[in-house]
Amino acid sequence: MKNEAWRNFKTGTWQDSIDIRNFIQTNYTPYEKEPDFLEKPTKRTSNLMAKLQGLMELEKSFGGVLDIDTSHVSSLKSYKPGYLDKENEIIVGIQTDRPLKRGVNPFGGLNMTRKACEEYGYTLSEKVEDEFRYRTTHNDGVFRAYTEEIKTARHTGIITGLPDAYGRGRIIGDYRRVALYGIDKLIEEKEKDKELIGASDSLNTDNIRLLEELYQQITFLGYLKEMAAMYGHDISLPAINAKQAVQWTYFAYLAAIKEQNGAAMSLGRVSTFLDIYFNRDLEEGTLTEQAAQEIMDDFVIHLRMARHLRTPDYNELFAGDPLWITEVVGGMGLDGRTLVTKNSYRMLNTLYNLGMSPEPNITILWSKDLPLAFKQFAAKISCDTNSIQYENDDLMRQSLGDDYAIACCVSAMTVGKDMQFFGARVNLPKLLLMSLNGGKDEITGIQAAPKHEAYTGEYLEYDKVCALLDVYRQWLAKTYVNAMNTIHYMHDKYAYEKTQMALHDTKVRRLMAFGIAGLSVLADSLSAIKYAKVKCIRDESGLITDYEVEGQYPTFGNDDDRVDSLAVEQVKLFYEALKKNPTYRDAAHTVSVLTITSNVVYGKKTGSTPDGRKKGEPFAPGANPMHNREKNGALASLNSVAKLPYDMCKDGISNTFSIVPQALGHDEQTRHANLISILDGYFIQNAHHLNVNVLNRETLMEAYKDPNTHPNLTIRVSGYAVNFHKLSKEQQMEVISRTFHEAM
Amino acid sequence: MKGKIHSYQSLGAVDGPGLRFVIFMQGCPLRCAYCHNPDTWDIKGGEEYSVEQVVHKALKYKPYFARSGGVTVSGGEPLLQWEFVSELFKILHENNIHTALDTSGVGDIEGAKKVLENTDLVLCDLKFSTEDDYVKYTKGSFAKVIEFLKLTEDMNIPLWIRHVVVPGLTDSEENVLNIYNLSKQFSNFKKLELLPFKKICISKYNSMGIDFPLKDYDECTASQINKLKKLIDTI
Repeated sequence: MKNEAWRNFKTGTWQDSIDIRNFIQTNYTPYEKEPDFLEKPTKRTSNLMAKLQGLMELEKSFGGVLDIDTSHVSSLKSYKPGYLDKENEIIVGIQTDRPLKRGVNPFGGLNMTRKACEEYGYTLSEKVEDEFRYRTTHNDGVFRAYTEEIKTARHTGIITGLPDAYGRGRIIGDYRRVALYGIDKLIEEKEKDKELIGASDSLNTDNIRLLEELYQQITFLGYLKEMAAMYGHDISLPAINAKQAVQWTYFAYLAAIKEQNGAAMSLGRVSTFLDIYFNRDLEEGTLTEQAAQEIMDDFVIHLRMARHLRTPDYNELFAGDPLWITEVVGGMGLDGRTLVTKNSYRMLNTLYNLGMSPEPNITILWSKDLPLAFKQFAAKISCDTNSIQYENDDLMRQSLGDDYAIACCVSAMTVGKDMQFFGARVNLPKLLLMSLNGGKDEITGIQAAPKHEAYTGEYLEYDKVCALLDVYRQWLAKTYVNAMNTIHYMHDKYAYEKTQMALHDTKVRRLMAFGIAGLSVLADSLSAIKYAKVKCIRDESGLITDYEVEGQYPTFGNDDDRVDSLAVEQVKLFYEALKKNPTYRDAAHTVSVLTITSNVVYGKKTGSTPDGRKKGEPFAPGANPMHNREKNGALASLNSVAKLPYDMCKDGISNTFSIVPQALGHDEQTRHANLISILDGYFIQNAHHLNVNVLNRETLMEAYKDPNTHPNLTIRVSGYAVNFHKLSKEQQMEVISRTFHEAM
Repeated sequence: MKGKIHSYQSLGAVDGPGLRFVIFMQGCPLRCAYCHNPDTWDIKGGEEYSVEQVVHKALKYKPYFARSGGVTVSGGEPLLQWEFVSELFKILHENNIHTALDTSGVGDIEGAKKVLENTDLVLCDLKFSTEDDYVKYTKGSFAKVIEFLKLTEDMNIPLWIRHVVVPGLTDSEENVLNIYNLSKQFSNFKKLELLPFKKICISKYNSMGIDFPLKDYDECTASQINKLKKLIDTI
């Protein structure tokens, strides 16, 4: 059977051990030409998509959630098979028994599940309540161990969005393994690993934990096989054609999102892998181009149905109901050949065939060496749909090789070899304010951090401020690492990702991803202190609650080294402070400059800052400069962000760039060419990520006022895309108020 | 050498080919009715920069220029500060950067000659096709513009003519054809760009406390522009 499945493939080490990269490298066919081979959607595809569109509109009219199954706990075999349109689906499998119906997944936290049900008018069933009465959730475990200090840091919002009440996510299973090897082979390999570890001399904490994890991985691989069987597919053996390869890969992903409700459930890097199957079928004459596109369209329709049940609180942080089904497309191989294939184009073409959409979160791995035709197609898609983002392949390939993918927005890892402990982010402007107030929260006045002498002078002096920051930065780093260690210890213990980790090597590299928010506010604040005069305003209790800026100062986003260097220095100092604190399972410390949409919430929880920003006003998203402080146009802004050191921020540096079409060129062709120059110029300076929006503010205003004018309007926010209408009015307004680069 | 500069735009995508670093010079001898940058008129305004400072800024954007981009000097009227601009272009050329001059064509002709020695592309705003209209709507001279265009032809510098289309003033087919025919007489003429009249500048006028002469005119729509572009394309 295996020989049949692997017919006409070139041999390689991939046949002896699990090695997807080797399979790709020995078998794929780069495609450097124009996209003129692409096919439009078939009638079947359009009908199926229309059906989904109808359901999504119904979902919207129901307040964002179509239905909840409150009586089963979501897992691989919890629901009977469900279909969007059984007779007409090419790819099958949905999360529950009906499309867009959400399951409940209390392993991360029961409270959150209960609350989410109630918010949408449901009650968690007695049955599920009963099942969890004697079960510890991840959330229970974390709060049993949290120190008072961590709780206070959470409460004041200096650390926010910690994955301590839901699944941590940001783990990418190598879903391709199921297609190439079949489940039986994967189980066999895991059993061998388990035996080997069992045979080692001494069983210590690490080994014992790993042994139990392997047991769970093997069990869930078995469940995955059973899940597929419920849909009438036997996936114990490898896929024999393209349709099966897509189906097998999708089943593996589907199992992951049935088992886990992690914040980001990314897909990985499947398009070029699947191209090998499409190519073989096309060459064997068993598939047409139209049928190939139809399979990819159907695959993406299914990805667009993925949903998790969230609470409104959660939506404030991660707006727009995202799952971050991130799929990376493009990039170059280590041998200099492009990894762009015909199927990379087909994946992008789904945005035309099925319409613009935030999911899957298609991410172009940009290299200066990408084929020009592909660059042009990507630029065209950006201008037409605002649905894709760009990340620097030339930069990431250096440390990750050529088979890495992106989890969530910007977190790169080698597929099947790296995993990540996700860790939300800390609020750096708040750290500055606490440092000036002797550890007191500037809003509530509570002593959040250890007591220290507060800043005493009337005007802020740069050196004195930095000295205080140094003190509190160490405290924050320690508290943050402690919180993360607790969270991930408990997540491994009570909500371990059995399916996803089964699709990793047994020995994985672990990363612990720490985030920072409000970098531009901090840099501008320090710049104001250094180059202008900043006066402290104190309330009756002596707490500094406001600042007055006298004079001018350079702001981040104008390619001005005086302030850009302050941003760079602060990133470096925080990274170094983190590294002093050991991590759970010896994970490597990484940092991201990324906020998702939480820049609004962070701003709300932060008092006035020395840069003149008033209490409650939003931060800029990710690494973006503050709104409307960029006075030298878009490229100056990009250059400032490009200076942030990726070496220290390997969890990613997110930048969102919005420009009105007229400012990008007089006609379409010019706009595409200019966008390519922007991306080339930005990434050649070792910048990491760029979200691109090409649209007019008026369009957003129209959509804000009347949702019916642009029902599918998709925009990129920090690291992902959302349907504009899934944002709260407040978040919509924040997006509208951001800088849109215009021509003078 | 120092120059008075109004502002910079690091992402110029509509003032010459490719991506361009655009320098808006301060000061202008004209008072065009539809001027969208009245804050550049007064030579006493703006900030002083040395040629070296401007070159230093421009070089930061070299990674974005690719094969076709470069630096455009606009304004204001750059020829008013021709000594500064000619020095700037000279040094930019030493750094292999493409230079474009965005001008009304009105200025000291000997100075212009110096600037053009290191200019790769001229973008000249041909506002009207008669002396009367020039005087009436720009306080400038048609003859001087023609003299400047001849000079660019003599020096064989590629020429783009730009023309602002104001509905009810310059949007007639006849006028656009006049402009086109006038332009193509010059052997260095490469293309005609029709720019739609917009009124986003009104807030600038208001904040400066001066009257916007064309406040009662309508903005030019995309379809109007496209219609006129087609007219030119079919010739």
